[in-house]
Formats: sequence, C-alpha cells, structure tokens
Amino acid sequence: MSINVIRPGLFSFFQDTGRVGFQHWGVPVNGAMDQDAHALANLLVGNPTTAATLEMTIQGPVLCFQAKALIALAGADLGARLNGAALKPGQAVCIKPGAVLRFEKREYGARAYLAVSGGYLLTPVMNSSSTYSRGGFGGLCGRALKAGDVIPICSSFANPPRLNIPSGLLVGERTSPVLIRVLHGREWPDFSEAARHAFLTEPYAMTEASDRMGYRLEGAGLELTQPKQLLSQSVAFGTVQVPAGGQPIVLMADRQTTGGYPRIAQVASVDLPRLAQLMPGDEVRFVLIDLPMAQQLLVTRARTLKRLEAAH
Amino acid sequence: MSDVNCDSWSLRAEQRWQFEPCGDSCIVVEFATVFSAQANRRAVAFSATLHDLLARGLLSGVTDVIPAMVSVGVHYSPDMFAVLYPELLPYDAVAEVLKDALTQQQNLPRITPKRFEIPVCYEGDYAPDLLAIANACDMTPGEVIAAHSGQWVDVLMVGFAPGHPYIGMHAPALKLGRRAVPRTLVKRGSVGLANCQSVIYPADLPGGWNIVGRTPLPMFSPANQPPCLLSSGDQVRFVPITAGEFEQLAVEQR
Repeated sequence: MSINVIRPGLFSFFQDTGRVGFQHWGVPVNGAMDQDAHALANLLVGNPTTAATLEMTIQGPVLCFQAKALIALAGADLGARLNGAALKPGQAVCIKPGAVLRFEKREYGARAYLAVSGGYLLTPVMNSSSTYSRGGFGGLCGRALKAGDVIPICSSFANPPRLNIPSGLLVGERTSPVLIRVLHGREWPDFSEAARHAFLTEPYAMTEASDRMGYRLEGAGLELTQPKQLLSQSVAFGTVQVPAGGQPIVLMADRQTTGGYPRIAQVASVDLPRLAQLMPGDEVRFVLIDLPMAQQLLVTRARTLKRLEAAH
Repeated sequence: MSDVNCDSWSLRAEQRWQFEPCGDSCIVVEFATVFSAQANRRAVAFSATLHDLLARGLLSGVTDVIPAMVSVGVHYSPDMFAVLYPELLPYDAVAEVLKDALTQQQNLPRITPKRFEIPVCYEGDYAPDLLAIANACDMTPGEVIAAHSGQWVDVLMVGFAPGHPYIGMHAPALKLGRRAVPRTLVKRGSVGLANCQSVIYPADLPGGWNIVGRTPLPMFSPANQPPCLLSSGDQVRFVPITAGEFEQLAVEQR
C-alpha cells in the first residue's frame, strides 16, 4: 500500500515530535515546525501524536493514493482538493484507491500537515522519522519529496475518532502584527535600554532568508550596551539571538544544538506553532510574559492534547 | 530576574554553579562565565552523571542533556514535571532534581576518559592552510605539526553540526585567529585550527577555521550505534600519517 508522488510541492518533509536525546552529539532535534497542527492531524485519524506526518510548506504536492486510507489535514489551508473537491483542514476523510490530493491556492498559514491512519512506513534514524535535510538523514531518504517517490503506508481502516477540537488548536487567518509571547533571554540585561524597549514595542517582519533552521527578522536594530564575548551554550526552539548586525534570528526546528550569540529573548513554547505559520513579510510583535505563566500555558496545552489522545 | 542573577554570581561563587532558564523547557547549569579547563571538566562530569541517570531511567521528564564549554543544558518536558511535582513550578522542580545530582556527584569516583588516536595527514591538498598557519605562528610547518600532534588533548564539546568536536587546548604557540574569509566548502574530515583549539569537520560544510590537515576517520554515521565517534570528555591525540596511508585508511573505512 502506498502513495505516489506526482508533484513534490515546494518543501514536503516527513516530521514527527523530533529527534530527542542526541543533542549532546550535535544532532539537531528537527521535528514538525507546528507541533500543534502535527499532533492534531494525527489525532484526527486516531494515530498517536508521535507518528510522522507530512509537513508541506506554502505550495503542497500532488499525491495519488494507491490504497484505501483514512487521512486528515491540519495547520495551514494550502487549498487542498481531493478529487477536485475542497478539503479543509481539521477533519478526517476516508478515501478510495486512485484518489488524488492536490493543492491549489494557499488561503492562510504556511505549513500544513497530512496524517494517514496507521502511519507512514519510514525507517527511524536515531529513534525518529523526522527529516534532517542538511544532514541527509531521516524521513524518506533524508530529503524533501521528489516526483516519482513512492511512500509506503500502513493503512488502517478504523473509523475516525469523534473529537471536539478546541478552536485554539486550529490555525486561522490572523491579524497583523501577530502577537508572540516571549520570556527574557540570558543576555537580556546586556542589551541597551533602547534595544529592550524597541524589542517589545516595534514590529519585526519575517524576511525571505528564513527557513526551518531559523527565522531572520527585520526591524529596529538591537544593540548591546557593550560588546560581550560569549561561550557556546545550549539553545532551544524559539531562542531569539542577535548577531553583530543587530537584527534578531529566532531559532526553529532545524536549529543547531548550541550557539554563541547574545540571546535577547525566548519565544514561549506555546506560541511556536503560531510562528511556524508565518509567511515572509508577515509582522510580529513580542509581548513579555514570565516563566510561571509560560509553563502554565504549556502544561495546559499538553493536557488538552492528552485529553484528545485519550478520547480515541 | 536576570539582573539579580548577574549580581548574585559572585555571591554564590563558593557554590560554583548557577541555574539559568533558557525558555520554558530548558535549564542551563553554568559552572563559569569564562573558559577554564577545570570548568569544562566539571561540565563534562556533570553531563556524564546525568546521562548515566537517564540511561537508568532515573530522570523522568528530561529529554536532552548537552554539555557545552563550561555549562550543561538540560531540556525537559514541563508537563511531565507538573505531573511528577504538582506542588512546584516545573522549572523549580528540575532545579531541585539537578541540585540533588550535583550534590551527590561530589561523592562519585572520577571517570577515566576514553582515548582515541586520530590519524591526520598534514600533506599537500589535505593541509591547504599549513603554510599560512606556520607564518602566522612564526614557526616552520614541521614545528606546527609537532605542536599539533603528539599531545593528548580534551574533547571540549560537540556541536555546530552532528559529530563536530571542539578539541583543546593546544600549546599557546598555536594561538592564531580564524580565517578572515570563511570557506563556503570545507571537505569532510578536515581538521581546523584556531585559538589553540581544533575542530574536525564531520561532513562537507562551510567553515572559517585554518585547515591544518585531514583525517580519514568518519566522525559521524547516522546509522551507527552510537552515531558519533567522539564525546565531550574524551581525549584525542593526532598522529601524523602520509598521503599514502591516508588513502589506504580511507579505502578501509568504506
């Protein structure tokens, strides 16, 4: 049982909850950029949230299913059409052999996730099916989909679970600038008063030079009070570092494991999915929260997902 | 929060470690703010202790432990800690667990580092910057090779790319900066030298270090168990080999 790739789309990679436990050897975590949408796609077809999904960015692929399958899309609306009829994210559908899923006009968001009930048959590398394209491993042959690829699937014919999806988990159209909650970074006190003020009041735009490794933002320049030599330290998904040019970079799913640039802030994990759905040119504004608040939001989100998983 | 912590560093000097959040899902244990071999070894030893606890299933909720130059990053799942310690903020709960591990560690025997001899060819195209290094250090190429090889040196950390080690510290004579213009492509196995440290490029990568030689040994193979040859805290000695020996070893590695 398989899916044939007719056209690959712009960047279509298999991703999961990430390659955890190998960062001490310099291995990036990778994983879905929008972990909420990834989890939701899986939950809609009755998979565990750790199963791999296909992450599709901006321009989706054309896929032909060679078997009966239960599938779901979540995250961005990239204009999916199943045998010509619109297929909206956030629902599970049963499809017949020969069905063609294609993507036309993007409506909102940047990244959509396709889950197949029973999962894709991929060979895990270091306990994960996430694709690390720079390293050339994980997912399908360690790279993005290509035309002619055949994706083996393990089809399951279970009925779709009945789920009440909280609206907070659905991606929608957002007003600009998008509000992103942040915590203080390690070097926050080392930035000038003007830089700290600008960071929390001025809009920052996502530039074209942004990818799964990091988002390069453009806005008011951020200067340190005085130059500072830093030793490499652990960084995380959402670390906002500021190299010499003064423009911030938000580290994303394919980030390096350690970094040595001053860190002005850290995006609250609960808002990373929102960041993952930005398009180049979109503007964000950063809002400061404290650590107890960020952890409470994250724990609440995790419990919501666990409840949905338990409802299978 | 951070202002207070910066001031309290000196106050807590006798304790010799400090916890810092790196967002809501990572905590960093800092052993110093500037490099010292002693602080690096403390970070490596603490990381080894945590990896041992992880392997024995005694660190529930911790996902990654990453030793860096003088610190250890611990990634954790706040919702797991919220379940295990419902009375505490997840960050405070992790800090308590780490504090216990740090206190108990002081009674543990010292670990003997693993030692690896790394064959390096310092000849011709394998060593494109050898002459420039010799000029910058006011040495002959032979003196550079002698200073770079022969001594046992520490793997200070692994980072930048999968299996990419930072190795040091070499003799003070090898204190030269990085190249003014980084290369867009450095060949896999190249050994870079700068600021009395070496790196080994585990794959074809961009890089700005001065290339002193090349090893035929693979540093990282995703399918291997473990995937990475060197870990923080190991010791290596570079052993000069000829171009002929390099090619023979490279064939054997395939």
